[in-house]
Amino acid sequence: MTSTTKTLDVSVWRSNDTGGAYQAFAVPAQESQTILDVVAWIQQNEDPTLAYRFACRVGMCGSCAMMVNGKPRWTCRTHVQKVISGNKIEIAPLRNLPVIKDLATDMDPFFDKWIKAEGVFHPSKTRNDAIEQIDPTSHERTEADIGIECINCSICYAACDAVSSNSDYLGPAALNRAWTLFNDAKDGGKQTILDAVSANGGCHSCHSMGSCAEACPNELNPMASIAGLKRETAKAFFTRRKA
Amino acid sequence: MTDLRLYMAQRISAFVMAPLVLGHIAVMIYAIQGGLSAGEILGRTQGSFGWALFYGTFVVAVSVHAAIGLRTIAFEVVGLKGSALNVFAWAVFLVLFAMGAQAVYAVTAL
Repeated sequence: MTSTTKTLDVSVWRSNDTGGAYQAFAVPAQESQTILDVVAWIQQNEDPTLAYRFACRVGMCGSCAMMVNGKPRWTCRTHVQKVISGNKIEIAPLRNLPVIKDLATDMDPFFDKWIKAEGVFHPSKTRNDAIEQIDPTSHERTEADIGIECINCSICYAACDAVSSNSDYLGPAALNRAWTLFNDAKDGGKQTILDAVSANGGCHSCHSMGSCAEACPNELNPMASIAGLKRETAKAFFTRRKA
Repeated sequence: MTDLRLYMAQRISAFVMAPLVLGHIAVMIYAIQGGLSAGEILGRTQGSFGWALFYGTFVVAVSVHAAIGLRTIAFEVVGLKGSALNVFAWAVFLVLFAMGAQAVYAVTAL
């Protein structure tokens, strides 16, 4: 690196026993550089003890999400030039999740809530039954098809103010997953899903602020999925009473 | 009470309030444009079962709706939890209901 090389002013969150603080690094600027490139450069050239998480580097695995200049982003697909603010980049661990070390968060609460939302497949047939025929043009399948593009990156969870103010809230991703299964003709647990998302901290804790839809890197709309769950739980509220 | 029941109570109370609010605004505009005095208004409302029902329903819906809304704010912003949260919500409901019922009684009772 020569002295004329342009550098980026990067602040990276470093955790310690008392919480943590930002540490400043000067990172050489490069063309088509991503935030993950910046983090990797620091770890490889400045401080090998920097902890962060990544896997695929192409926006498929959902591992590398971090807070970049205050917003949750998938760092492998986030170009420095799109998010840099006055040559400064601030990189922090994802909001709303416990930090393991530096930029690596503990994803357990996020995935535990998928289970709590019944975001798991509920088989309805045995291996001896014929495979369910799926109409790809049906309304239910169309709804499910949109939601299943989720890569579990937890960016929506980090962006959600309802999660921040209510730690029991299941969050956008888990409820989006529940909505895809509710609309899956092969899933046999529709009422189980509705019961799960109707419990305290379920879909009714969403205030429809839309941060999830704005932040989702795959341009999904968990808020719309949650609205669907609200509609279905409201319908079930009346129909179950009659029964 | 579960989130679903609170959610439904708040939506149903909003559904009830919407036409009553429009009716209330229409009555206010009518009363002002026609230049009705307080005495003339009371002459129409006192002893009227219809007006007692109209504003009585409104008071119940407002009390339910506002108590649930403030309960959510108290939980998410102030951090109230458990029985303290429910006591707070019931207190809001009772205060609003008492004040509203007193007002309805004052203008509709003979």
